[in-house]
Amino acid sequence: MGLDVRPAPTRRRAKAGASAPPPDRGARARLSRLDIKISPYLLISPFYLVFAVFGAFPLLFTLWMSLRDRELASGKDEFIGLRNYTELLGDSAFLNAVVNTLGMFVIATVPQLLLALLLANALNRRLRGSTLFRVGMMMPLITSTVAVAVVFTQLFDTDFGLVNWLLGLVGVDPIAWQSDRWWSWVAISVMVDWRWTGYNALIYLAAMQAIPKDLYEAAAIDGASRRRQFWQITVPMLRPTILFTAIVSTIGGLQLFTEPVLFDNGDTDGGSTGQFQTVAMYMFDSAFSNDDYGYGAAVAWMIFLLIIVFSLVNFMFIRRMGGVR
Amino acid sequence: MGSPRRSRRGRGLAALAAVLTGVMVAGTACGGDDDGGAGGKITLTVDTFGEFGYEELFKQYEAQHPNIKIRSRKVSDLDTYKPQLQRWIGTGSGAGDVVAIEEGLLPTYMQQANKFVNLFDHGGAALKENFLDWKWQMGLTPDGKQLMALGTDIGPLGMCYRKDLFAKAGLPTERDEVTKLWPTWDDFLKRGQEFQGKVSGTKWLDGPQALLRVTVLQEAGKGPGYSYFDKSNNFVVDSNPAVRTAFDTVLKFQQAKLTANMQIFTPPWQTGLKRDAFATVPCPAWMLGGIEEYSGDYGKGKWDVAGIPGGAGYWGGSWLAVPKQTKHPKEAAELAKFLTSPQGQLGAFKSANTFPSSPKLYSDPAVAQASNPYFNNAPVGKIFGDAASQVKPVHLGPKNEDVRQELENVLVAVGEGKTQPGQAWTEGVDKARGVSD
Repeated sequence: MGLDVRPAPTRRRAKAGASAPPPDRGARARLSRLDIKISPYLLISPFYLVFAVFGAFPLLFTLWMSLRDRELASGKDEFIGLRNYTELLGDSAFLNAVVNTLGMFVIATVPQLLLALLLANALNRRLRGSTLFRVGMMMPLITSTVAVAVVFTQLFDTDFGLVNWLLGLVGVDPIAWQSDRWWSWVAISVMVDWRWTGYNALIYLAAMQAIPKDLYEAAAIDGASRRRQFWQITVPMLRPTILFTAIVSTIGGLQLFTEPVLFDNGDTDGGSTGQFQTVAMYMFDSAFSNDDYGYGAAVAWMIFLLIIVFSLVNFMFIRRMGGVR
Repeated sequence: MGSPRRSRRGRGLAALAAVLTGVMVAGTACGGDDDGGAGGKITLTVDTFGEFGYEELFKQYEAQHPNIKIRSRKVSDLDTYKPQLQRWIGTGSGAGDVVAIEEGLLPTYMQQANKFVNLFDHGGAALKENFLDWKWQMGLTPDGKQLMALGTDIGPLGMCYRKDLFAKAGLPTERDEVTKLWPTWDDFLKRGQEFQGKVSGTKWLDGPQALLRVTVLQEAGKGPGYSYFDKSNNFVVDSNPAVRTAFDTVLKFQQAKLTANMQIFTPPWQTGLKRDAFATVPCPAWMLGGIEEYSGDYGKGKWDVAGIPGGAGYWGGSWLAVPKQTKHPKEAAELAKFLTSPQGQLGAFKSANTFPSSPKLYSDPAVAQASNPYFNNAPVGKIFGDAASQVKPVHLGPKNEDVRQELENVLVAVGEGKTQPGQAWTEGVDKARGVSD
């Protein structure tokens, strides 16, 4: 990377400037030109160095690994080209995991963002103790995911859980939270929403406060109701923010892992028929449980592709939404 | 370059990066090795799963060796332990100085024996007669040149049952009479139906997992001497009648809704113990320690041990090995030798009922006449000792555990009503084959 040449000029320049009058104007000018050209890069280099070590390297290493058949326990390690990927595309367990992930993504994210929007709108009004409410919304976020998942897993226990007990009080039959595909998705989505709704609401709130008040005043003078103001002013003005939260939720949702794993008592197979195995869990299951690291790496790259595709979909969807402007 | 906005952002990033670097440096500083510890003590980490019953032995060893401090890392469930160990051994860092290897995992690591210290270099040869011959042989590499692991316990089988619930169902409660209730698994199934007809809210068995393990090992022991993989490690799930027979046995219990569909040592199972979710658990000797630990005071005096249906068998048992990555191979080997010595095995037996693999102990009154107060003073020494003498070792392949998990999952799905019983076998074989290479 030629890193070693960079610090040298700056240091020499500093020394030269401090000690004696310039011995050689030409050299000094060259150095100062070099300084202008290189120093900014030098200043931003720590980020890129950190990224290279913790971002780019693992990324490329995973890519390299995904082209190999690698087992840790037996020590097997050979190059097999794209075979992991071709196998993956015909792998019903992988497709099942993709469907699960997307399903949970939709039923977690859509209500989450809507709810966050409404919450933010409510908090945007004058309220007694509004700081308290705002801080309160962040509380789930700073709780450890593991703690949240452990508690919710107990709440959603089929035989001895609080939720089924409460449902029993109103005469509803116990729900098989773990074994039923749909209900397991719902339970996991509830955990996700509990944790992230407040976070998104706070982001929306910040954006709402940046909307000029005179827009609302003008609308009020024209006789627009509160609801109309919300849908025709607030939401369109929030579009970039909504886009941001949608993308962030996409990235998070497609990597969903901790909640469903703990929901399955720490196993990565996502229930007996893989009914709530996410792609991230399948990656873990392939690599760490079945000791097929190459295959796991290929799954990791598929997650990456999925995230890009769905972020783009979201981007286009939200750009078309609320056609004002 | 140039626009003020961008350069400001650059500075921000640089600052962020500087902070991150600082955090990382601090992180490494904290993550430093504490092996050097206070007063020049050597810390040895021991990795185990489930119940090994080592706590007292650790204290004893520390008292005898003032320069050694033992750190115990215990994982409750083998399926959680397995990938961790694989990662530690595979990447060459993170493993304890002494690690427990369950019998299902041993063949996998045997392929990579070079990652473990050869215990022959630490006086291992002298220990041979401390162990049952097959237990000793399994710890050796195929060429016999490396002693990779030393045996701890073996798991001769009994059947744990809830005395109080049996009384409620009008079944006999004395262990000898209970044993006579179920010479075969079919009898056991019938008793289960009677039981569930009388006691509502309690299932007969804990789940299909334990049952499948037990029946597979019983059938394989009676028959070919191997289960999912033959002795050349070829996948034989579909052609080995021992596996099919065992699978069909478990399937019958699942179809009759006679199990609570739980998996041993998981949180629901632990809760189930205290909520009377099931009345029997197939019990290799070491399971007694688990039941005692997780039922606590609630289960004291409620459990007892009888004979297992379907003939003698065993389930599990482990070995201790010293990974090469340890910084203290000598001290770690000494600790492993101590824990697997007859004295160490006796200590473990007393605290967690892990049945010794050292035949020297079988005639020792401390084992032969041992009874377990938690289990209504069941004569565990005699029950498991008798079973141990009939144990026939079963060969396991390197991917044994992956196959087992797939088959278990299919049976759980039948219990949940998600998989049709008629399709269970085909589906199980398919999935098992998928993970077998």
